[in-house]
Amino acid sequence: MTAPLLEVKNLRVEFPSRHGTLLALDDISFEIAPGEILGVVGESGAGKSLTGAAIIGLLDPPGRVAAGEIRFEGRRIDNLPYEEMRKLRGRHIGAIFQDPLTSLNPLYTVGRQLTETIRTHLPLNAAQARERAIALLQETGISVAAERIDQYPHQFSGGMRQRVVIALALAANPKLIVADEPTTALDVSVQAQIISLLKRLCRDHGAAVMLVTHDMGVIAETCDRVAVMYAGRVAEIGPVQAVIHAPAHPYTAGLMGAIPAMDEDRERLLQIDGAMPRLTAIPPGCAFNPRCPRVMNRCRSERPDLLHAGATRAACWLHDAGAPP
Amino acid sequence: MTALVEVRDLAKRFDVSAPWLNRVIERRARQWVHAVDGVSFSIERGKTLALVGESGCGKSTVARLLVGLHEPTAGEVHFDGQDIAPTLAGPQALTLRRRLQMIFQDPYASLNPRWKVRHIVGEPLTEHGLVRNDAELKDRVVELLHSVGLVAADMEKFAHQFSGGQRQRVSIARALATQPEFLVCDEPTSALDVSVQAQVLNIMKDLQRSRGLTYLFISHNLAVVRHVSDQVGVMYLGRVVELANKATLFAQPRHPYTRMLLDAIPDIAMSGRARTPVLGEVPNPLNPPAGCSFHPRCPHANERCWQERPALLEIQGVRIACHAVQEGRL
Repeated sequence: MTAPLLEVKNLRVEFPSRHGTLLALDDISFEIAPGEILGVVGESGAGKSLTGAAIIGLLDPPGRVAAGEIRFEGRRIDNLPYEEMRKLRGRHIGAIFQDPLTSLNPLYTVGRQLTETIRTHLPLNAAQARERAIALLQETGISVAAERIDQYPHQFSGGMRQRVVIALALAANPKLIVADEPTTALDVSVQAQIISLLKRLCRDHGAAVMLVTHDMGVIAETCDRVAVMYAGRVAEIGPVQAVIHAPAHPYTAGLMGAIPAMDEDRERLLQIDGAMPRLTAIPPGCAFNPRCPRVMNRCRSERPDLLHAGATRAACWLHDAGAPP
Repeated sequence: MTALVEVRDLAKRFDVSAPWLNRVIERRARQWVHAVDGVSFSIERGKTLALVGESGCGKSTVARLLVGLHEPTAGEVHFDGQDIAPTLAGPQALTLRRRLQMIFQDPYASLNPRWKVRHIVGEPLTEHGLVRNDAELKDRVVELLHSVGLVAADMEKFAHQFSGGQRQRVSIARALATQPEFLVCDEPTSALDVSVQAQVLNIMKDLQRSRGLTYLFISHNLAVVRHVSDQVGVMYLGRVVELANKATLFAQPRHPYTRMLLDAIPDIAMSGRARTPVLGEVPNPLNPPAGCSFHPRCPHANERCWQERPALLEIQGVRIACHAVQEGRL
């Protein structure tokens, strides 16, 4: 097996507040291999965006990495000084955010933003950078790129803007792209275009992707592996096929059953009662225990680690092989 | 079977012109957005019609027109035989309003943050004079909360103390307070997470069965639409382009736009179904294309589609607005 490109080990992110310290991410571990697409899925507040933010070093204060480590190509990056992180970000780790309008500067032309990024990270002169910018825009499917490069973001439609953002993320040929809900703000028909574009470009450029989304459909279509998050923890992680067709964690099973299907008729959807706990009131033991249909005594007091469960790994005592039946 | 709701050639345009002074100085013309442009459909009692489309297609405007939050520019909405626009202006307004209610998309914005749930759910009851005293009001509110899966103790809470799904339940309880026959639901689950969405959709279906409710369900999510509806209308730039039974529409989509929408849904079962990539985006509604408004994105468009706007005609039990289908080209 090749060395992982990104390694997240026992990551813990805290938000100190007046009412005590909120534990937003608790003991998160996963790896991304070079060229791999890892999906991170979960409901709002599960901590999926925060995981992405921690990796690219953009946690909003007072949030901070309290324990654990993040390694990129074997080098520890969670404790890098600001300037060094800034060089790494963009050059080796690209980022795509949800809303393309807020991630582009409305006062600069698209071309200026692209060439600036390119020249910050690559040793090119102005003319070469512009040429590269036009090539990137063309690659993302923007027609007449040579003309549109001198336009401002407001002259682009939503889908086109997201293409520009993808071009920006790819500008310096990074090895990893963190895409945080890249299609959530777009219409369904455009969403499909952007997802297939992202997938194709990352394959062409050999970039690995960490795709954060709440949409299981997008995960199914795009990713190699998926991590399901719940209340700041990883509930299950494994190959997409296995997680979708044979979920090992009761939460994943519930999540899959709650999605209305296109190819079968059900009178009622499977429903998980209750809602995800707030950070201030995470139950002891397994965080999912109050909502779990298969809860056992042990779940209420002991927290499960990721245990092997078929093709995936799930944080659930049901898969504890060593336990008495 | 008689239709409870009948909509005929409904149209709504909004004035989006620049201010008067700018128009004079910069010699700009007045500008209108035709948000809804000649929409007709009917909903039978106890059934659900879903309107589906992308942002800006006018589906929410239709919802607002149906409950009288907007006045139509043209066309009529008939509810149980009454034309609603004049009725809402007349002495029968309160009676009519009691019979049709609305659930909004954002449960964070549609509930008054300074009111307790008791007040939020109870307001329609007192407003319509449906209860005689406080004890009766309290009983009714408790009963309503129970019907949406909340408990009596929730009465004394404020909206911010609830999660998104619970807030949407409060909105549903409030909408049900006047015992309406018809509920207009504008993206009721779009702001919710999937597991919570399932809870709300289940409640809505249970209520429909137990109370014989009629729904107009607005959504952009085809999977949700397929789950809740009996009939589906697909909207594009202010017009209905295809209107059919749920089973027919999903098994045999006819209009190129419907096919495109269905094709764009991510394949969660990973069956390896082939998908045709969709080109282009929804045009600016300020300046919609001439002829069939879908023609710039349509793989089957010909000269007639560029010039002539197709009417919504019935073909083999499906109402469809497409020259290609009507001519048998598709």
